Amino acid sequence: MISLKVNGTVHEVDADPGTPLLWVLRDNLGLTSVKYGCGEGMCGVCTVLVDGRAERSCVTTVESVQGSEILTIEGLPADHPVKAAWTELQVPQCGYCQTGMMLQAVDVLTARPDLPDGEMAAAMDSVACRCGSHPRVIPAMRQAAGKMKEEKP
Amino acid sequence: MSEDMSRRCFLKSGLLVLAVAITPGALVLMNVSPGAAAPATPFRPHAFVELDADGSVTVWVGQTDLGQGTHTGMAMIIADEMDADWNRVRVRTALAAEPFKDPEWGMQATGGSTSIRHRWDMLRKAGAAARLMLVQAAARQWGVDPAACTTAAGQVRHPDGRSLGYGELAARAAALRVPADPLLKNPADYAVIGTLRRRLDMEDKVQGRTAFGFDFRVPGMCTAVLAHPPRFGARPLSVDADAARQVRGVLDVIPVGDAVAVCAESTWSALQGRDALKINWSEGSHPNLNDEAVNAELLAKLDGPAAVAEDAGNAAEALFAAATVVESVYAVPYVAHAQLEPTNCTAHVEKDRCRIWAPTQGQTAAQDEGVRLCGLPPEKVEVMTTPCGGGFGRRGEIEVVTEAVTLSKALRRPVKVVWTRGDEFAHDVFRPASICRIRGGLDGDGSLVAWSHRLVASSIMSRLWPSAVQNGLDPTSVEGVEGMPYSVPNRRIEYAIPDLPIPVGWLRSVGNSYNCFTVESFVDELAHAAGKDPVEFRLGLMEKDSRSHRTLSLLAEKAGWGGPVPAGRGRGVAVTQCFGSSVAQMAEVSVDGRTGVITVHRVVCAVDCGPAVYPDAIVAQMEGGVVMGLSIALHERVKFAKGGVATSGFSQYRLLGMKEAPAVEVFIAESRHPVGGIGEPGLPPIAPAVANAVFAVTGVRLRELPFSRDALKTAVA
Ligand code: FES
Ligand code: FES
Repeated sequence: MISLKVNGTVHEVDADPGTPLLWVLRDNLGLTSVKYGCGEGMCGVCTVLVDGRAERSCVTTVESVQGSEILTIEGLPADHPVKAAWTELQVPQCGYCQTGMMLQAVDVLTARPDLPDGEMAAAMDSVACRCGSHPRVIPAMRQAAGKMKEEKP
Repeated sequence: MSEDMSRRCFLKSGLLVLAVAITPGALVLMNVSPGAAAPATPFRPHAFVELDADGSVTVWVGQTDLGQGTHTGMAMIIADEMDADWNRVRVRTALAAEPFKDPEWGMQATGGSTSIRHRWDMLRKAGAAARLMLVQAAARQWGVDPAACTTAAGQVRHPDGRSLGYGELAARAAALRVPADPLLKNPADYAVIGTLRRRLDMEDKVQGRTAFGFDFRVPGMCTAVLAHPPRFGARPLSVDADAARQVRGVLDVIPVGDAVAVCAESTWSALQGRDALKINWSEGSHPNLNDEAVNAELLAKLDGPAAVAEDAGNAAEALFAAATVVESVYAVPYVAHAQLEPTNCTAHVEKDRCRIWAPTQGQTAAQDEGVRLCGLPPEKVEVMTTPCGGGFGRRGEIEVVTEAVTLSKALRRPVKVVWTRGDEFAHDVFRPASICRIRGGLDGDGSLVAWSHRLVASSIMSRLWPSAVQNGLDPTSVEGVEGMPYSVPNRRIEYAIPDLPIPVGWLRSVGNSYNCFTVESFVDELAHAAGKDPVEFRLGLMEKDSRSHRTLSLLAEKAGWGGPVPAGRGRGVAVTQCFGSSVAQMAEVSVDGRTGVITVHRVVCAVDCGPAVYPDAIVAQMEGGVVMGLSIALHERVKFAKGGVATSGFSQYRLLGMKEAPAVEVFIAESRHPVGGIGEPGLPPIAPAVANAVFAVTGVRLRELPFSRDALKTAVA
C-alpha cells in the first residue's frame, strides 16, 4: 500500500512502488485532468505540483512522493488567478495541454512572479501545446501575476 | 455530456425541438417536438435545437470540436437568429446520425474547415424558424398580428410592452408547423454573431473537468495497448507472451490484424505487458527504406512521366521566349500530426449493440467500421464523439476503432485502446514529403509570363478514396499551386506520385501546407529577379480588388509595409487562398549568424473569412496556425530507417516552444464574401513569410523545410 496525499486528502493505493504517479492519479484515483502525452518527461501535459513545485508525473514514481503534498488542477481553487486569467483570455484551444500548462504557470508565478517576458516564456518552454495557444500564455500569466500580488501584498 | 436524443426527445413534453433532415438535394427543417405531427420523411431525426420549458436552449451538434471553438460558433449562429438569451444556451454533442451529415459531403466528418461554412444557411434557418414559431405562438395567445411582435434575449414582446419568455411559449410553439423559409436577419442586426463570447467549453477546460477520449471510462472496462509492426508491411512471425501474462494486472494477449494487443486492468499494466512481449517480426515490405532512399525516389520522379493538373497557354514556349528565367528546386519532409492526446477509442460490443466512444473526426467512417465488424445495422452502432485533444486531420482515421471493436468482441467487455506517443509517431499518416521544381519566366518589363511547376508527393486520396484520383492526379496534392491567387498567362502544373510505402493523410491545410511554401517563396524569388517590391509584385499579379488583393493590401497597411524596419531585421510576406478564405501574413525576423538561429519577432496576419462569426476563435485559429506552421518550418521532420519510422518521440521531434513563439497581430477584414473556413488557412503562409524575411535580411534563400541552421550559419558568416 502506498499512501498519497492529493489535493489535501490522503489516499491508500494498491500500486507497485515504481508505478509512475501519472497512472496512479488517473487510473486509481480517477484524476484524469492529469494527462498522458509522452510518458517520458518530454511534453509536460502530465504536470502536477509536488510540494508546490511543478513535476512531470509520468517520470515520478509514487514511492518518491509519499509524504508530499500533491496538487492537481482540481485542487487549485476554482477562482485562482491563473484559472481566472486563462478563462478571461480564452487560452485553451483543445485544452489537453492546459491543465499541465496552468500548473507549470502556478509554479513559475509563485517562485518568480517578476520575471521579464522572455524568461517567463523560457520557464514555460517545456510544456508542449500543439494547438498553438502560445501567444496567449504569457499575457495570461502577466494578468494572473498582477492579481496574485494584490492578493498577497 | 451527451445523450441519445432519439430517446430523450420523445420522452419529454412541453419543449420545442427542431431537427434537420437531409434529403437528396435539400435540407428540410422539421418539428419533432412531442405531440407535433410526425415528420413526413422516413428519418428518425435527432434534434438540432431544443427549447425547454424553463427557457434553456440546447444546441445539438454532430461536428467535432478539436479546439477550434466550432461548437460555440455553431451555437452562436442559432442563438442569434433565434434571439435566444445567450446565457441560457448550451451545446451538446449528439450521437452520430443522419441529420448531422455534412450537407455537401453526405457523411458526418470534421475536416476541410467546413463545420460552419457548410452549415451557415442551415444553422441560421434553424434558429430563425424557432424564433418565428415562438412569435406565432405568442401572437396567437395575445390575439395580435405576429408581425407586430418583436423578440430579444429569449422573449417575445407585445406591441404594448408585455412580454412572454421563450420557455413559457415552448409547448405552444411545439404544436406549430415549421416555416420552410423563415426570414433571416439582416447582418446589421446580429447581436451574438461577431461578438466576444465566452467559449462554452472554457470553464470545463480550465477546471480540468473535460473528459477526453483518453480519459473515458465505462464500468467493466479494461485497457489495451498494442504492439504494432515496427516496419512497413511487417507481420508477427512468432509471439512469446509468457512474460507479458505474468505482469500484474494483465488479462489477455490477443492478436489484432498485424498487431498484438495486451489487455489489462490498468493502463500501466498494459504498458508493462507490452514491454514484456517478445515478438519476432517479419522484415516487412521495404526493409531498406531510409531517409536517403525516400529522397532518391522523390528526386527520381522530378523527371519522367507525370499527370498534368493545369495547362494554360504554352508555358514551355513562353519560358523559351522569356527575358529572364528563374529555376528552383524546393523540398519539404514528412510531418507528423503530434496532437497531444494520443489516438484512442473505447468500444463495447454486445449481442445487438455496438457502442463506440472516440475522439473522432470521422463519425460516419467509424460507424461504418462498427457495422462491418459486428454485422449490425447502422442504427445499432452508436458512435459518441468525445472531446478531442487536438486532431488536425489525424482523427479521421479509424484504425483504432477497428482495434477497439475487435478486442471488445473478443473479450466480451468494454475495451479502451490507447496508443502511446511512440505508436503515434510510428503509425501516423503523415503530411507527405514533397519535392518540386519551378521555372518562372519574366518578360523585359519584369512581368511574369510563364510558370512551370512539377511536384512530387505521395497521394492521400489514393489510399482513402482511389476513385478521386483520375489519370494519376490527386487534386489535394496540388492545391495551392493550382488555385494560386496570381494570374499568369502561361501555366503548366505537373504532378507525379512516388513509389513509397509511407502512409500519408490529412494534416491541417493539406497540400496548401507545402505548396504555399514553394509558391510563395518562388514568387519572392521572381520579385527579386524583376527588381520589384515583393508586395507590389504580388499585387500586380492579382486581379484588382479581388479577395486576395484586398487581404494583402490590408496586411501591408496594418504591418506598415514599406516603412522603417528595425536594424538587423528583415520582413517577408506570403498569401494563401484556401478553404474559402484568404490569409496574408508578414513575418519580421532576425538571424544569428553565429548559430544560424532564426528569431521571429513579430507576425502580422490579415484574414478574410467572410462574415466573422466568432472573432476570438478566428484570432485563436490564426495564432494557432502561425505557431504550428512555424513549428513545421523551424523544427519538424519525421525520419525513416530500416524499413520503418525512426522518429519515436518528442526527444527527436521538437515542437515550437513558448520562447520561440512570436506575438501575432490579427486583423479580420470587412468582407463581401461568403463564409469561409478558419481552422486551416492560418497555417500555410507563415513558412514562406519567414523564408522571405530571412532572405531580406541575409540574402540567403531557404528552399528546404525545416530551415537548416547550418546552411544559414555558413551562408551568413
Ligand atoms: S506525459 Fe509526462 S512529460 Fe509527457
Ligand atoms: S490547447 Fe490543444 S494542445 Fe494545447
